[in-house]
Amino acid sequence: MSEAAETPRTRRPGRDRGRARPRVSVAGVLGELLVTAGVLVLLFLAWQLWWNDAIMANQQKSSAASQSQEWIAQAGAPLAPQPDAADPEVPVDFGPTPVAEAPEHGQILGVLYVPRFGPEYARNIAEGTTLDVLNSMYLGVGRYDNTQMPGEPGNFAVAAHRSAWGGGMHLVNELQLGDAIYVQTADGYYTYRFRNHEYVQPSAGDVLAPVPRLPEAAPVEAIITLTTCNPLYSTDERIISYGVFESWQPLSAGPPAEIAAQVAAQVQEG
Amino acid sequence: MYGALWRVLPGPVWLRILLLLVLLTAAIYSLATWVFPWVETLINNQEATVGT
Repeated sequence: MSEAAETPRTRRPGRDRGRARPRVSVAGVLGELLVTAGVLVLLFLAWQLWWNDAIMANQQKSSAASQSQEWIAQAGAPLAPQPDAADPEVPVDFGPTPVAEAPEHGQILGVLYVPRFGPEYARNIAEGTTLDVLNSMYLGVGRYDNTQMPGEPGNFAVAAHRSAWGGGMHLVNELQLGDAIYVQTADGYYTYRFRNHEYVQPSAGDVLAPVPRLPEAAPVEAIITLTTCNPLYSTDERIISYGVFESWQPLSAGPPAEIAAQVAAQVQEG
Repeated sequence: MYGALWRVLPGPVWLRILLLLVLLTAAIYSLATWVFPWVETLINNQEATVGT
């Protein structure tokens, strides 16, 4: 980039702002190519981490919203919490918690709602954690197919990207004790309460055990496990978030009060 | 290289700047639409899963 030094003092009057005359030097062209390559890499990163990420997040959210609506419409279910379910202090007995069969790979089994991730956050949960699920425009969150289903004693474990590809778990580090994690399925709404984070190596497969970290133990509780990358914009570690199953309510009872407004708004938009 | 591009563009300075902006926009748009999605499939090794 030392063109200015090499250039003889014979500039065209006015308009080429000190750039070299038509004489092209190898170093000059090479330098420009290298700078261009650098700019391209930065552009790609910006595209991947923000531009395409935002587009995919939006797509995945809309796709989850339509799946949610479809189940509600099929069941002819209400969009508001029903009067007898309105008071969270008085638990309503809806009978035993249903446990669905695992679907085929890539099929949607539920919709994830996490109010802590934003008032409009929703993602489809599909079967399998391969890239065709995690990098999909319409899915984004995948269930480990060797774990349990929602509501089942044991571990309902799902994975999503922390950044890029819609960043389904971008804000996972902001979960606080007691935060609700809702999973809507064709059967109803499963409510989990966030319990704790754990930071592990990528090889720590035992966080997926029915009792996480204790592969030999028999499960009593039903828990949800969210796995994603840590730190942000890196894949060196994994951040694991555990939630404990609290309750189930059928679609006919309406959505849990905390997400009722969101679910109703999704119907109006769709 | 870019000096040559500047000299090839016709018209007064303001028109050349406008043309450059148009070219830049077109370049970035085609990168984002065709090139980057393709590059991503080549270098896509980001795993968010555990136990692999």
